[in-house]
Amino acid sequence: MPERGEARRLSETAPRRIITVMAMSGVLVMAFILLFLLREGMPILKGASITELATGRLWYPVSAPPLFGMMPLIAGSLAVTLTSSALAIPFGVALALFLTEICPKRISGFFKITLEILGFLPSVVLGFIGMVVIAPFLQVRLELLSGLNLMNASMLLGVMILPTVATLSEESLHAVPQSQRDASYALGATRCETMFKVVLPGASRGIAQAAILGLMRALGETMVVLMASGGAALLPQSVFDPVRPLTSAIAAEMGETSVGSAHYHALFFMGCILLLFTLALNMLVIKIESRGEAD
Amino acid sequence: MKETVNHEAVSEGFPMSGLSKSSDMGPVRPGYALWRKAADSLSTFLLWAAMAFVATVLCSILSFLAARGGGSLSWEFVTEPPRNGMTEGGIVTPIVGTLQLIFVSMCFAFPVGVTTAVYFNEYARGGALKNTLRLAMRSLASIPSVVLGLFGLAFFCAFLRFGASLLSAGLTLGCMVLPTIVTASETALANVPQDYRDAAHALGATEWQTIYGVVLPSAFPGIITGGILSVGRVAGETAPIMFTGAVYFAPGFARNLFDSVMALPYHVYVLATAGTNIERTTPLQYGTILVLLAVVLGISMVGMAARSRLRKDVL
Repeated sequence: MPERGEARRLSETAPRRIITVMAMSGVLVMAFILLFLLREGMPILKGASITELATGRLWYPVSAPPLFGMMPLIAGSLAVTLTSSALAIPFGVALALFLTEICPKRISGFFKITLEILGFLPSVVLGFIGMVVIAPFLQVRLELLSGLNLMNASMLLGVMILPTVATLSEESLHAVPQSQRDASYALGATRCETMFKVVLPGASRGIAQAAILGLMRALGETMVVLMASGGAALLPQSVFDPVRPLTSAIAAEMGETSVGSAHYHALFFMGCILLLFTLALNMLVIKIESRGEAD
Repeated sequence: MKETVNHEAVSEGFPMSGLSKSSDMGPVRPGYALWRKAADSLSTFLLWAAMAFVATVLCSILSFLAARGGGSLSWEFVTEPPRNGMTEGGIVTPIVGTLQLIFVSMCFAFPVGVTTAVYFNEYARGGALKNTLRLAMRSLASIPSVVLGLFGLAFFCAFLRFGASLLSAGLTLGCMVLPTIVTASETALANVPQDYRDAAHALGATEWQTIYGVVLPSAFPGIITGGILSVGRVAGETAPIMFTGAVYFAPGFARNLFDSVMALPYHVYVLATAGTNIERTTPLQYGTILVLLAVVLGISMVGMAARSRLRKDVL
């Protein structure tokens, strides 16, 4: 029956083709993101060179003439990212160690759910907590002009990335073979020694990945820094100075610019910078991962 | 089993320090065994304290918000639109807007995400195409949400001329959760035993018949669970919708895809920062946050519960 064979072949190839084409829309989305970010961001280079943009210290996008010095914003982004990571990464690894090595099995499920719920908290809620709880507290206790500053945003960002770091580290600690722990105990090591000299080094690759992914989330997080970092485009001198990271500048100013203006292009250029940083970190994670598979 | 190891056995120097005492393995500081035991106890204590601290932080955030906002919750609050310059009335407009955004984003992300996972798990045989797609998905997952918002503005709003609308914002959110759905669906598909596929093939089923009739139905609960968890994320995100379709105030619900919408997370931001009358809107702020948390955490917990049931079934 040639006709039936024909129909059957079509009923096989059609879904295959449709699924392949639909799956490729992921590639298309990614390509469009790169294309449109560059298309809208690059025109700013007509008016100023990259070095002028990156090293200029004055961000006055609506003055006449506008000044697009992005250094304070980039410094702000780096400052919040590094401060929050310095707080959250060791803490997250500690939580992971606790969950895999110390916590009794019966209650570890409860703590994992706690972490997961913390990760589900919308960032706008944490930003709100920063405004109404942490800011007044810092302001009164440390006698600051404003409690909305680098420290406030970093603490909240730390809370945001903590679940990511802890969960991913926990997975990699979990993957360390039990036999290695047993060998360590058999040699007379204490649990503390086993944790820090056997389990942790054994999972170093996974923990490095978790740390980078945490860093990446902190760099790209918007609402918390928009609401809690103070928003001053200045180079921070201390952790209690207000900052204006790239993400918060984009979020705060995009609503007020007209499409196609220099300011609009400058904000897209900042988006390109963020994109570049996160994609580079992402590549680093992929590289660490593939090296791990090769071993 | 690590539970069977007696961690206290080390205290009297057995066996490591016992060795060093009885043989010439070099000088041992006095009290070394004691120090090791102290370090062990200290590390245990500190790690317990770290976890307890995190649990306390979460509980105090939730209870603080519940205590402040509990009073403003009422039936009117969730069924009436904002009134009088958003200083009175309820929040039904942003609630409906958030539901509409969830619907639009899932209409895009769910089918595309599931088919991508089917492609990865059932069709792709390796090669450049698969690697490119894999890389694209990984990169997409890493993009900051505000950059996705910029993309949505440049592509959906401006280039495709959708304007600041429900459609633009929903599609932007869809791009954001696409990688999550792909990963979840892939895991679900990979958990379908190979035996099922072999059995279907042995009965004469073609590749597509096997996928459609056997693999997808078995993976369905897992796929849905992943979908529910990503709905929770869509409901809580603010940055991607700020310039693509969410507005400060809308007089009513979005009637079609090209209307702009109010959304719960953006409403929280607006009330908290742009209010000219902070005292009068304070109850509204806490009330809105509680509703947002109820929606986001409610959806996420349904997903978590479904996932844990699923894991029990698998075992």
